[in-house]
Amino acid sequence: MFGGIVSPDQIVTGVVAVVGVPLALLGYIVLGEKVIERLPASLQRWIRPYFWALPAVGFATVFMVYPMARTVLISFRNRGDSDWASGAWGIFANYHYFFTFPDTLTALRNSLLWLVFYTFFSVFLGLVIAILLDRVRYESLAKIAIFLPVPISATAASIIWKFMFDYQAPGTPQTGTLNALLGAIGRQPIPWLVDETTNNPALIFVGIWTITGFCMVIISASLKAISTEVLEAARMDGANEFQIVRLIVTPLLWPTITVVGTTMIINALKTFDIVYVMTNGAYNTDVIATRMFSQLESAQYGRAAAVGVVLFIAIVPLLLVNIRRFQQQEEQR
Amino acid sequence: MSAEQVTTRRESAVGAGVSTLDRIGYRLQRLPLHLVIIILCAIWLVPTVGMIINSFRSVQDMGQSGWWTTLFPPHGFTLDSYKQVLNIEGVAPSILYSILITIPATVIQLAIATMGAYAFAWMKFPGRNLFFIVIVGLMVVPIQMTLIPVLQIFKLIHISGTIPAVWLAHSGYGLPFEVFLLRNYLGGLPREIFESAEVDGAGHAVRFLRIAVPMTIPAIASLTIFVFLGIWNDLLVALTFLGVSPYRPFTVVITGLVTSFGGGWQFLTAAAVLQMSLPLAVFIFLQRYFVRGITSGSVKG
Repeated sequence: MFGGIVSPDQIVTGVVAVVGVPLALLGYIVLGEKVIERLPASLQRWIRPYFWALPAVGFATVFMVYPMARTVLISFRNRGDSDWASGAWGIFANYHYFFTFPDTLTALRNSLLWLVFYTFFSVFLGLVIAILLDRVRYESLAKIAIFLPVPISATAASIIWKFMFDYQAPGTPQTGTLNALLGAIGRQPIPWLVDETTNNPALIFVGIWTITGFCMVIISASLKAISTEVLEAARMDGANEFQIVRLIVTPLLWPTITVVGTTMIINALKTFDIVYVMTNGAYNTDVIATRMFSQLESAQYGRAAAVGVVLFIAIVPLLLVNIRRFQQQEEQR
Repeated sequence: MSAEQVTTRRESAVGAGVSTLDRIGYRLQRLPLHLVIIILCAIWLVPTVGMIINSFRSVQDMGQSGWWTTLFPPHGFTLDSYKQVLNIEGVAPSILYSILITIPATVIQLAIATMGAYAFAWMKFPGRNLFFIVIVGLMVVPIQMTLIPVLQIFKLIHISGTIPAVWLAHSGYGLPFEVFLLRNYLGGLPREIFESAEVDGAGHAVRFLRIAVPMTIPAIASLTIFVFLGIWNDLLVALTFLGVSPYRPFTVVITGLVTSFGGGWQFLTAAAVLQMSLPLAVFIFLQRYFVRGITSGSVKG
């Protein structure tokens, strides 16, 4: 069954990598330390840390830092990378394309929809579900149900939801769960993924469905850290459950909510898999990342790079927020 | 999630020594809460369960009626979809390719990350903070920002379209987050242990291999699960670097089939179930590590 294409060579290479890379690192450490230990103490202090950090920093440089700089450069180059880009907006021709071509404008609008609705609902539902489940005895069981889509790949989740949204012509038996439910209450079926009023919300909902469990688990973890005495005291003072959630629990959870929120914003901007698998951008469902990929596929590197840069610029503020938060955590260490 | 805590919160709301009538009233009051939770759980469970059921029906049935009809006799369960999907050219090997990509990529990046994290946690050097802040920033950089140049690097060194190229790409993209997480964990280990080892004459190699690594095993275990599943489930990196190569992994092959089969794509449910069976098994059997990995790594984008 697996024969034919997979050659034994590839399996051998795989095994060699799994065993060899850790061994090579071990050799690097042991031999490197032997050499460094011979050096004068003052030199040791200089060289050793860089020697240890080199493999990780090197990888990050080759695969992230250098490519980022290069992508910025490519975004100002023409299609064949033979000269600077030219056209409307001169050297910014690829950006001109991005901000004026109707298809990319649609993608920009859709990414904005993802940003707002995906972020809001995944965090909001995560919070609500965490609070609700905190009050029942079967909490851990219910959590498994909500969390179940998290480990599932976006590819599989997309197939799961293609079935939910499946559409057959009116009058024929509906095989899609949602349209069958609509039929049961006497409504006409809806072509969810084709109709342009429903397709983007449908895709965003799939995104929310896959990630709510993630938000819930994190929010729930900090919810459990709120002392019961605080809540008891509020109850003694006659606060009802809604007031407790609104005035005490939510403010206490706010730091966690912002952390989860920024993560979700970044996720929303990077959205790719679900759209690519479910519609591949058809019927005006493209987002920034799928646009970028189709430019990449058609070897329009300049335009693809420009899309990448725009995506990066959108994420920069969040990147700065993350760094700031990291620095604050460091001060408390 | 401790059971004890959950019960105390419940009991305290009831109050001690109430009459049976009060207790029934209290139960009734809580009925809407239970209903909402059950509906939410259904929304999150039914789609997956429905698809799993569908994967055990014949393609003909899938095209004619919904999965719920199988719940009533005649059930008509069959493994036809699985046989059909595994017989499509390229599907069975792609599962093996996924494994060949995932395991080495996970090992390579975690080995490098642990070593780097040790340097950042236990060595002082000029520029350490700056380097680390760059790493924190890199965690959220969209990989789209790097795809084209990395593709060009692979072409330059003639490994484009090969499995080792994808190991390298995944390792590069995964490292910042792993170094960050492991450095925080390593940095939290008690300083005295390292200091007394130093006094005893143990060099950094010994301190790293005999103290740091063994004590970091719990964090590495959680991270391994996380990284492993991330690569197993990855679509974008595989699509970019192996999209047109013969070594397409499982996710890429499934996605290709979804878009190329217009009408008869239903049997792909079997492929989806096979693809997600590994993550689900890992989640079910290693739940604690999985959730710990998520809560500790919540900063990642």
